[in-house]
Amino acid sequence: MPATIVPIHENQEPYLAMFAKRAEKLPGLPELRRAAAERFAALGFPTTKDEDWRYTNLAPFLKRPYEPAAPAPVEAVRERLAAVPFTDLGCPRLVFVNGRYVPELSAPPDGITAGNVRAVQDWTTFAEAEQLGDNALAALNTALFEDGAFIRIANGCVSEQPVHVLYVSSGSGVSYPRTLIVAGRDSQAVLVEGYLGLGDDAYFTNAVTDLIAADGAVVSHVKLQTESPQALHCGLLRVRQGASSNVRSHNIALGAALARNEIKVALEGEGAECTLNGLYLTTGRQHVDNHTTLDHARPHTTSTELYKGILDGKSEAVFHGRIIVRPVAQKTNAIQRNKNLLLSRDAVINTKPQLEIYADDVRCTHGATVGQVDQEAVFYLRSRGIGLEEARSLLTYAFTSDLIEAVPVEAIRERLSAALFERLQGGLL
Amino acid sequence: MSSSTDQIQAFTQQEYKYGFVTEIETDSVPPGLNEDIIRLISAKKHEPQFMLEWRLRAYRHWTKMTEPKWANVHYPPIDYQSIVYYSAPKTVANRPKSLDEVDPELLRTYEKLGIPLKEQEVLAGVAVDAVFDSVSVATTFKEKLAELGIIFCSFSEAVQEHPELVEKYLGSVVPYSDNFFAALNSAVFSDGSFCYVPKGVRCPMELSTYFRINAKDTGQFERTLIIADEGAYVSYLEGCTAPIRDTNQLHAAVVELVALDNAQIKYSTVQNWYPGDKEGRGGIYNFVTKRGKCAGVNSKISWTQLETGSAITWKYPSCILMGDNSVGEFYSVAVTNNRQQADTGTKMIHIGKNTRSTIVSKGISAGHGQNSYRGMVKILPGAENARNYSQCDSMLLGNECGAHTFPYLEVKNSSAQVEHEASVSRIGEDQIFYCRQRGISTEDAVSMIVNGFCKEVFRELPMEFAVEAQRLLSVSLEGSVG
Repeated sequence: MPATIVPIHENQEPYLAMFAKRAEKLPGLPELRRAAAERFAALGFPTTKDEDWRYTNLAPFLKRPYEPAAPAPVEAVRERLAAVPFTDLGCPRLVFVNGRYVPELSAPPDGITAGNVRAVQDWTTFAEAEQLGDNALAALNTALFEDGAFIRIANGCVSEQPVHVLYVSSGSGVSYPRTLIVAGRDSQAVLVEGYLGLGDDAYFTNAVTDLIAADGAVVSHVKLQTESPQALHCGLLRVRQGASSNVRSHNIALGAALARNEIKVALEGEGAECTLNGLYLTTGRQHVDNHTTLDHARPHTTSTELYKGILDGKSEAVFHGRIIVRPVAQKTNAIQRNKNLLLSRDAVINTKPQLEIYADDVRCTHGATVGQVDQEAVFYLRSRGIGLEEARSLLTYAFTSDLIEAVPVEAIRERLSAALFERLQGGLL
Repeated sequence: MSSSTDQIQAFTQQEYKYGFVTEIETDSVPPGLNEDIIRLISAKKHEPQFMLEWRLRAYRHWTKMTEPKWANVHYPPIDYQSIVYYSAPKTVANRPKSLDEVDPELLRTYEKLGIPLKEQEVLAGVAVDAVFDSVSVATTFKEKLAELGIIFCSFSEAVQEHPELVEKYLGSVVPYSDNFFAALNSAVFSDGSFCYVPKGVRCPMELSTYFRINAKDTGQFERTLIIADEGAYVSYLEGCTAPIRDTNQLHAAVVELVALDNAQIKYSTVQNWYPGDKEGRGGIYNFVTKRGKCAGVNSKISWTQLETGSAITWKYPSCILMGDNSVGEFYSVAVTNNRQQADTGTKMIHIGKNTRSTIVSKGISAGHGQNSYRGMVKILPGAENARNYSQCDSMLLGNECGAHTFPYLEVKNSSAQVEHEASVSRIGEDQIFYCRQRGISTEDAVSMIVNGFCKEVFRELPMEFAVEAQRLLSVSLEGSVG
């Protein structure tokens, strides 16, 4: 019996107790899981005293411990899923309910390896992808995840259809979705990761995704977050890119009471290109926090980042973008933009675009804006006989359209536009 | 290419021009800091009771604080008990009545620095309150200013002669509990400048002060307080140079500005403390708290700074925009060469309605210099129609330097418009090539481009400083690029 792990704060105890109880039954990687649990115990949940969390307070959400999410009856889930948008994109999909794979609801693709981790059993790749850092939530996920999606695209393989991984939560527990995507040399693929909640329960999703793009790989990653209005969602996307690879991430956040998206991209090969697009719509008392880090570690790397937010009600949004250019990364080109539209008096935005440049032959720019719908544009539309409400919603929609257009899956584009219009016209936004 | 590399070497290896130590007998207290030292400083300066109590409160608070570590700078730990907290030239007991009575050694020092103290009355129309170490030695133009009711004197004098103003405004912008270095300064500050411009008076000349650190191992703790009463206007210049020294010296100054209704304060700085040698030995630690409060409606505070010196600069001149329609401005050029580190920027806190702020920050890094911009724009819920524009550009000269930006934008009012833009780049080879083919040497081309890069900021400096600023910039940088 290994020694008990001592946490630094009492709110970690239920999670460590769960680890002690379940450790032996969890699949694969016992040493890594234990190291991760110890790391989590030593770090503690982040607090607003951490510079990276100064605008996002997890404490009220962690007051009550979340039980591990229980399995849900398949048929009931199937019925309810049918009524929700963004569940059937007309492409192969892997469905996980409360962190467990549900083969009855899934339709795995042909030609590429895509399945749940328990079935694939490739623990070495998993262990290689995992680098225990100073991220307590990621460590907690590593310690406790039950299952996850494993997608491997072989060298030179061009996947025709997108692969849709759907993580569904029902009930009020905590789940640890885990995704590992390995794109081989010169392969091409589009992946969609969806997170959604059935019902209005307060639950906790703590997700980790690793994306490894080998030399010359071209990968698009779409994250669609439509969690329930009470949910706590924390997600980490770690990307490692080889030479001349191209990764595009589309991060769309619509749901959850508190959502934290962390994206860490390491451009480790010469000529790697990365595009980070993000769109967040918040209303009511929602809080969304996007935290991106782009690490230019090799020469001739390019990154383009554009995050846009529309804030209504008493919602709050945080954007923290960090670009690091290492001393060897000459000829780096990095562009970062964050634009925010405030629709209500009480919405709050905190934005922190950062550049850390250690090389000299680089071109880096960043910008952040916060503003309202352009009054002159509204006036122009009104002078053409378009009503005030309609003019405002048209302009608001236009604000997001470039990001929506960039999403590579048509089914998502259509539904996103429709959902946005509905929200705009319903006065929800 | 090789000739320009040689030029680089020649320039970057240039020794600090203004390094020398003046040997004048000084009257110092033993090193270290405790309540007795503070009582001793206060007694030496014949301060009223409220000052002593304020200093002691600050000291007690300071002992409970820890040194901040968040800045993007690195330096060995400072031993606060080995610093001499007070040193005054011996001449303090019988103050000179005119410039002729000033210690000639001291005057020669100023001449070496290029301060035309003697000619000032005739020439520049600048009243200089020259601070030599910790006690003011000479004050000029005082009578002229006094006619208008303007009080411009050393802080010690102000404490003696205008205690009611000092008591009212001291710590009203930077309370002693504000931060570690401000608390330290509040406890031990030796002297500084005090300026009060009464209602409706427009100060007819640029007020200026030169600070120098002289006695070995004496931390200089300056305190400046400027108050512009309703409708007043004042422009204040501050410039500094310091002699070569091996051990690092701590400089923790506090500057407080108060602008009442319709008042305007313009504060300009040229900072050229000793930056340390090529290997980063020696040099001044410049940990400064500067803050202005636009307390009244339609008031305006404008900060302009050129930071070329100091081993480490840690400085955020800020504006609290309380009054409706008040305006805050920040224009900065920060240069880091060799092993210099600068973490500088501003805070604009919008509280009143229709408040506006502009931030223009230019960072230039060469050698192993690390230059960070750290700024915060905060729009509070009551700040209707607040407007902010920030621009911070960095230029990299050399491949071992760094430029960083850490802006924080916090917006709590939807009618606000906030814009932030930043860019990092180096001088393009095509730009140099263009100049060269027009017969301009690489040196001149670089100097031209750098000066153009900083023009927006230099434009804001008063005439007297703009010239010095350009000279300083070329001395600090010329030849750093090939």
